[in-house]
Amino acid sequence: MTREAAYEKLNEVFRDVFDDEEIAVNDSTTSNDIADWDSLEHINLIAAVEQEFGMKFSMGQVVAMKNVGEMMDIILSQIS
Amino acid sequence: MRELEYPFNSEYILKRAKSIKKALLADNSPRIQKKIAVLGGSTTHDIVKVLELFLLHYGIEPSFYESEYAQYWQDAMFDNTELQEFVPDIIYIHTSNRNLQEYPELSDSAEMVSALLDKNYRHYEVMWNKLQERYQCPIIQNNFEYPFYRLLGNKEVTDIHGRISFLNRLNERFYQYAREHNHFYINDINYLSSCYGLDKWADPFYWYMYKYALCLQAIPDLSFNIANIIKSIYGKNKKALVLDLDNTLWGGVVGDDGAENLEIGQETSMGQVYAEFQEYLKRQKDIGIMLNVSSKNEEENAMAGLMHPDGTLKPEDFVLIKANWEPKSKNVAEIASELNIMQDSLVFVDDNPAEREIVRSSLAGVSVPEIEGPEQYIRLLDHSGFFEVTSLSEDDRQRSEMYKANLERKKEQESFGSYEDYLYSLHMKGTIRAFEPLYMARIAQLTNKSNQFNLTTRRYTQAEIEQLAADASYVTLYGKLEDKFGDNGVVSVLIGHKEGSLLHMDLWLMSCRVLKRDMEYAMLDTLVHTCIKAGIKEIKGYYYPTAKNKMVEDFYGLMGFTLEKTDEDGSTVWYYKVEADYTNKNKVIKVVEA
Repeated sequence: MTREAAYEKLNEVFRDVFDDEEIAVNDSTTSNDIADWDSLEHINLIAAVEQEFGMKFSMGQVVAMKNVGEMMDIILSQIS
Repeated sequence: MRELEYPFNSEYILKRAKSIKKALLADNSPRIQKKIAVLGGSTTHDIVKVLELFLLHYGIEPSFYESEYAQYWQDAMFDNTELQEFVPDIIYIHTSNRNLQEYPELSDSAEMVSALLDKNYRHYEVMWNKLQERYQCPIIQNNFEYPFYRLLGNKEVTDIHGRISFLNRLNERFYQYAREHNHFYINDINYLSSCYGLDKWADPFYWYMYKYALCLQAIPDLSFNIANIIKSIYGKNKKALVLDLDNTLWGGVVGDDGAENLEIGQETSMGQVYAEFQEYLKRQKDIGIMLNVSSKNEEENAMAGLMHPDGTLKPEDFVLIKANWEPKSKNVAEIASELNIMQDSLVFVDDNPAEREIVRSSLAGVSVPEIEGPEQYIRLLDHSGFFEVTSLSEDDRQRSEMYKANLERKKEQESFGSYEDYLYSLHMKGTIRAFEPLYMARIAQLTNKSNQFNLTTRRYTQAEIEQLAADASYVTLYGKLEDKFGDNGVVSVLIGHKEGSLLHMDLWLMSCRVLKRDMEYAMLDTLVHTCIKAGIKEIKGYYYPTAKNKMVEDFYGLMGFTLEKTDEDGSTVWYYKVEADYTNKNKVIKVVEA
């Protein structure tokens, strides 16, 4: 899957979880950029991403993730 | 909403919780409002979020108090203005084995282990007692799930130092408390986690990342289970099953194959599957679920199938059997009206997807589980939580017999010259008294279940019922009715509160199973006698309209009250003057008073 195609799917996940059709994420997006993205919603986001891409994050990865770009790197490394 | 019926897609619910909630609220259906305090020993955020969806789906609009992270014990034990002002209707305590601080050490003696067990138990018991005393509302408490590892391997369950052994003993103490306290319910997460798969349920990732005692994906299962207990407490259980016959209760088509060739019994593996399903249904009947049949068959074929010697269910186990060629939607609607229950109290079970679709689309509120594969029928019905048992009264166990006796009465009625002759012939005997301990559970159940013959539709928990029964400023009456066909049990409940010499009727309800038997007049007679004795001079009756109680909008008028006031929403207030020379209105029921 190309990074662009993966971003298309990832955007859908963000829109579903935060119930906001306007959301568009990119490599530099962080939780500061999305109003409802707090630590409690983070868990739902992670679970929804895992389900969408059929992969699992390890605890170490979730803890270290700084922005959506890093999330995408992990997703792509696991599904390719 | 289909998305919230078992077996639901948990990932979908978690991901789309916000939009599901919007859709539920947009239907504007009437819902009862309940305040639920969630006291957590770990994170509860998503548990509450999903619980709200299931409750809305069940016709309950919740508002929540959620304790700060892991503050369940502090919230319960110490002064807590916020919780006190919230006035919870239900308290749910979400604890898990992560909340146990002390387990036995391998070097501990048996006495030390018992002492530790006691200590752990008391921690909870004092909390429950405190909550009961302060809030007087039902409490739902998790039991303990098993740990995800076993230090001693299989010996963990037998050795007194094993954590599994310890948790089993602690759970047993919880159950003992539940057996001794009526308003205390165990939320069995030990069972849930084993159904779900303990390794997945207890995934440490969710504990260390978010302090969830279970994995995120298991939360809908947990919340669904809690919602089932709550809706059962508020009388929103289903009451009856409507079952198809061919390929639902047995394998094969009785009209084509002949009764002797049906698959039922121990001869074939498929026959065994249907036999177990029939046994399961028979046991449903024993807890008060009314069994009925809707089958496209000649009646004589249907009966031949039900008389099969290897089947557990016999024709007499059913209240109504509709075997004909009419659309099933028509049969199901008739069953609801003949049993005198609402359509939304029915569960329709049919292996044919087309029949399910017809019933689902034409009869609002009827539950239609997607059953597939006879070997899965029991699990699908059972885990759907239609009949979650929170109290089991003698009435529940006798229900099918009572409804069948009712149908007998109807038949007999047709052979009498006048209706009054018929009523006399029933030899009815009523017992009408102030609330008594024996019937508190049934009285509370009636206040939550009765919708049609219910003037104010006020719901009471058993705790509240017991409280006002003991309060001298209240007048309470229950009515029990027997006749020559059998005992109907407690069928009518009245509650009024005194204000000087005036009595305000907070509740007047009657079970529809005794409509047109003059029981309401017998209740009025006893109410008036009670008032005369208590020096009450006037009574005010209140009618609050709901979607379901139109049949009693003029009830107080019929009872001889005069209309005092009508509000814009159709609510009415009625006035009655108590006269010392009152003449009884009921003539056909022999009444035993206090």
